[in-house]
Amino acid sequence: MKFVVNLYLSPEAAPGPGSGREEFLAVAREAGELIGGHVLADPSVSVVVRARAGAAEVSEGPYLRAAEPLTGQYLLDCPSLDRAVELAALSAAGWPGGVEVWPLMDAGGMEM
Amino acid sequence: MTAPDRFGDLLRELAPQVLGVLLRRYGGFEECEEAVQDALLAAATRWPADGMPESPRSWLVTVASRRLVDQVRSEQARRRREAAAAAREVPDADVAAAPGEENPGDRDDTLTLLFLCCHPALTPASQVALTLRAVGGLTTAEIAQAFLVPEATMAPRISRAKRRIKASGAPFARPDAREWTERLGAVLHVLYLIFNEGYAASSGPDLHRRELTAEAIRLTRAVHRALPGDGEVAGLLALMLLTDARRAARVGPDGTFVPLAEQDRARWDSAAIDEGTALVSQAMATSPLGPYQLQAAVAALHDRAPRVEDTDWEQIRVLYGILGRIAPNPMVTLNHAVAVAMTRGPRAGLDLLEPLDDDPRMARHHRLYAVRGHLQELAGDGDAARENYSRAARLTLSLPEQRYLRARAARLAPRPG
Repeated sequence: MKFVVNLYLSPEAAPGPGSGREEFLAVAREAGELIGGHVLADPSVSVVVRARAGAAEVSEGPYLRAAEPLTGQYLLDCPSLDRAVELAALSAAGWPGGVEVWPLMDAGGMEM
Repeated sequence: MTAPDRFGDLLRELAPQVLGVLLRRYGGFEECEEAVQDALLAAATRWPADGMPESPRSWLVTVASRRLVDQVRSEQARRRREAAAAAREVPDADVAAAPGEENPGDRDDTLTLLFLCCHPALTPASQVALTLRAVGGLTTAEIAQAFLVPEATMAPRISRAKRRIKASGAPFARPDAREWTERLGAVLHVLYLIFNEGYAASSGPDLHRRELTAEAIRLTRAVHRALPGDGEVAGLLALMLLTDARRAARVGPDGTFVPLAEQDRARWDSAAIDEGTALVSQAMATSPLGPYQLQAAVAALHDRAPRVEDTDWEQIRVLYGILGRIAPNPMVTLNHAVAVAMTRGPRAGLDLLEPLDDDPRMARHHRLYAVRGHLQELAGDGDAARENYSRAARLTLSLPEQRYLRARAARLAPRPG
């Protein structure tokens, strides 16, 4: 099962040097459960795109304004939601913002 | 069948045999497994060009042994440099002594290897990956592709599994009688997981994942050949064959699921149904009952009904009743409830679902609401059914299931005005 771990942080708060992300990355990588991750640039540099009458209309981002915007994401492949939460808890240690585990949809399934 | 397929099938068949020979001769699971992968790769590139060697198996044993000895030598050279101490050379005689070894223990080697790869020191996900590589002869890249992760994610999963096996000190030997049932259970569970991964994916466009069902059936056949008298091994093989037999009919031309009741039975694989039915009948007549046999028996009753209305729901109800007693779990309760609904009416089925509301494993599971919605629909309670289908659609993590559940809910939508 695949999961996205979203990290949220207010622009005022800065993650301390002792944040748990190193441990999270080491554990998830060693277990073969880390697919990837990235850190997002400041929301003010994001761009919103809309299609209007066949032309792209571009405006200043972000699309969703939040007190604690999305700052980073990891992609995991784990056997269960419990395991994804266990890993995310490592990255939440020392992280002054929000951490969210979000399952992804699968293209496969079972007929009923 | 194209030439690369023919080589590929043979190589995958030979992989566990060659690994077995190396393990018995040299020991060291991690090193031997690497050497066999190297030899398989060498064969896959050289045989199509040079032609198949006279004895493919001896060729692979010889090449893998050379790789292993090279590894040991370079490791020893490194140690010599580091410790400035003379290390003992591995005498060439060991390699030269590699005879053809057409060994009656080959089949046993496959099973012994499965026991090692499904060792309890590993997580199920690692057991699955290591089994596909060391017993199935797939490359890390192929396994990664089958599980839709990058090779860089799969490689550490396999390396860690091999390190854990080394650390556990598990010998290349079958478990003793005391552990036998539990360890064989772990092997069968891993094969079942591989099958399900492939079967779930076979609704999608991904051929690589679909091959997992064939791989699971191939490995389960090998276990069945090694243990022909084990009823649960036969039961699992039968369950796989009887489930896979319906594959062609389970997805409509638009990619949506076709429920069992609406499938075109002419498209089911009758040879697989015959084989699976014979296997499970024989197993149930001669061995103690087990969960795989019971599930296979249910699958056989579905598969052998010429029309959906011919389904022997009374028998299915009895089988799920027994399964619920010997291996209770909420999924069995769900299936039992459907069978009860088909024989005693939907209300009786719905009553059986009630305790599941208090089961933490099911409270957020879409299947509970999908089944409840189905039984409410049968009972004529369209509003409640629609609500449960919608709830199930929100909870499922499968796109085709979600489409199916939304369509069921939409069918029950109240007419506007």
